[in-house]
Amino acid sequence: MSDALSPQFKPAAKSVAPHKLLGPKGKLLGTAKAPMTDAQALEALRLMMLGRAFDTKCFSLQRQGKIGTFAPLHGQEASIVGSAMALNPESDWVVPQYRETPALLRQGYPLEQIILYRQGHPHGGFVPDGIKVLQFQISLAAQIPHAVGLAWGMQLQQQDGVSVAYFGDGSSSEGDFHESCNLAGVLKAPVIFLLQNNQWAISTPREIQSAASDLAARAPGYGFPGISVDGNDLFAVYQATAEAVTRARAGKGPTLIECHTYRMWAHTTADDPSRYVDEKEEKRWGTRDPIDRVQRYLADSGNWSDDKAKAWEAEIADEIQSAFDNAAKVPPAGPEALYEHVFETPTSTLNRQRAAHLQEQ
Amino acid sequence: MTTLTMVEAIRETLRAEMLRDERVILMGEDVGHLGGVFRATDGLRQQFGAQRVFDTPLAESVIAGSAVGLAISGLIPVFEMQFLGFSQNAFHQICQQIARTRFRTRGSHTCPITIRAPFGGNVRTPELHSDSMEPQYAQGTGLKVVMPSTAYDAKGLLASAIRDPDPVLFLEPLRGYRLVSDDVPDDDYTIEFGKLRVMREGDDITIVTWSASVPVVEQAVEQLVAEGINPHVVDLRTIVPLDEAGLVAAVEKTGRCVVVHESPAAAGFGAEVITLLQEQAFYSLQAPLKRVTAPDAPYPPPGIEGHYIPSSELVVRAVRETLID
Repeated sequence: MSDALSPQFKPAAKSVAPHKLLGPKGKLLGTAKAPMTDAQALEALRLMMLGRAFDTKCFSLQRQGKIGTFAPLHGQEASIVGSAMALNPESDWVVPQYRETPALLRQGYPLEQIILYRQGHPHGGFVPDGIKVLQFQISLAAQIPHAVGLAWGMQLQQQDGVSVAYFGDGSSSEGDFHESCNLAGVLKAPVIFLLQNNQWAISTPREIQSAASDLAARAPGYGFPGISVDGNDLFAVYQATAEAVTRARAGKGPTLIECHTYRMWAHTTADDPSRYVDEKEEKRWGTRDPIDRVQRYLADSGNWSDDKAKAWEAEIADEIQSAFDNAAKVPPAGPEALYEHVFETPTSTLNRQRAAHLQEQ
Repeated sequence: MTTLTMVEAIRETLRAEMLRDERVILMGEDVGHLGGVFRATDGLRQQFGAQRVFDTPLAESVIAGSAVGLAISGLIPVFEMQFLGFSQNAFHQICQQIARTRFRTRGSHTCPITIRAPFGGNVRTPELHSDSMEPQYAQGTGLKVVMPSTAYDAKGLLASAIRDPDPVLFLEPLRGYRLVSDDVPDDDYTIEFGKLRVMREGDDITIVTWSASVPVVEQAVEQLVAEGINPHVVDLRTIVPLDEAGLVAAVEKTGRCVVVHESPAAAGFGAEVITLLQEQAFYSLQAPLKRVTAPDAPYPPPGIEGHYIPSSELVVRAVRETLID
């Protein structure tokens, strides 16, 4: 008997330390330099605060029966906004899952559209011309191939845009994620796989989702790099995404970025996390709040204060209210909407069914 | 006018559409270097280059899913599912994503995508290559399902599919790829979807069929005519959209109908055809409507597939039974 074969490729024994720049108390770590100006940090902060305030309001409206089930973003603001800030909305596409409201807003997507979507109005699916976002995606990971296709299409048409696919640790178990990484690697497509590891897929914890030490560690298997970052650190997420965007634009292909974050609220308004979440763990993550640390950082340079916080909270509440007011101006949809946009020109079957249906009303 | 086999007609149409519109790109497993396992794309990579005729990794879901992004970026993807049976691996991308993109975005994003897929039995393929799954896709709501049976129709319907603003599943009966050949005009033409083809005028009974079952029905008709029966025969060509008016008129003409298809009976497209006739042609009917289909059993190993696929003898028998007053 010869000695046992030693596999050339071995799983890592433990997770790598995620890349960090800004500590939980709002101080740059060690010799770290801020990757964005204070003006950019303020823009990002505004989006993060708006995203949280909007989902907080929506949660209470859902409890009053005024909007449908939705997935709040609480805790993931830095992952969502830090990555979106690295994009050029003129050329780059945001391909969301369903928690990425502020990333869509930065691309120019109107907040009232998201309200209509959550109200269940069919017009909520509409994407205004020239706004480079896809609609929210409920089929987990199904949007990742779309992002690869967009990147591929831009590459074939010699445009310098990139696409960013947002998804989570649960979605990273789906076949669409793996098929997408594999094709994107072959194509060297200008796509960024933005994996928000929020530690939970509804009630299923990260360790049950995969035996991989790091989800980002899968990237080399597809022939491109993976980056692990502190997903609650706006600066680290921004820097990692900006570098991935630079690589993609230079024709060097995709990057997988794993943002380590935490879903601080329920999976959706229909979920009860008290049945499975460990309170201690949740508390620990609560001390790493992504918004708080940016406010502290900006306070150090005189760009943030309690007064400013109050003023912004009021402005944001007004902005949300005016979006709700705009959404309310859209007439309610009736049964005829069932038959619109199935095809560009309805089939004779649909026309017959529509006529019968509307006559019954 | 040139006599072409069905696979030749498909290849020449792909070539013509790529010449006509530079946004048209082909993708799929083995469609490039090899020219497709049935040579439907033979020579196209050499003519148009690897950027427009792309060999993909073996992954049906991302082939279908990336086509959504390619379409939204402004291209017109034509992708091949090597066999319709394997399209199940991409079913969610085809039916949840491609088919619904227009509806869920209220027309802001669209998928002018053509999905080509060979299907059908009696060619001694291994398991899972032969299934007729058109009824599953007919419920794709937002997806057109096109099923040619001749080289002439394959050219006109494929040109319409590629120019259609909506996604089209273009199903190619693989037994007919080389067995079916007919005269095809050299000039450009399209065939409108939702217009059935009257294969034969007759007065005694109406036979409704499509795609792979057309040659079976043709054989049965020879026998029936020899027996002095004069059937009216129609080929639906497209099941979505369905030519409701043409179908009703064809059956009202004779008051009797047999529907023939290769997929299993339960919830097959024949069930839809018969329901429609019951709703819209009931008072012209003189006999119960009848189906000739595969049984509600999985597609079998090739050694017994001849017993699974509807035969011309079964069609003849069903017609005789329907003609008894």
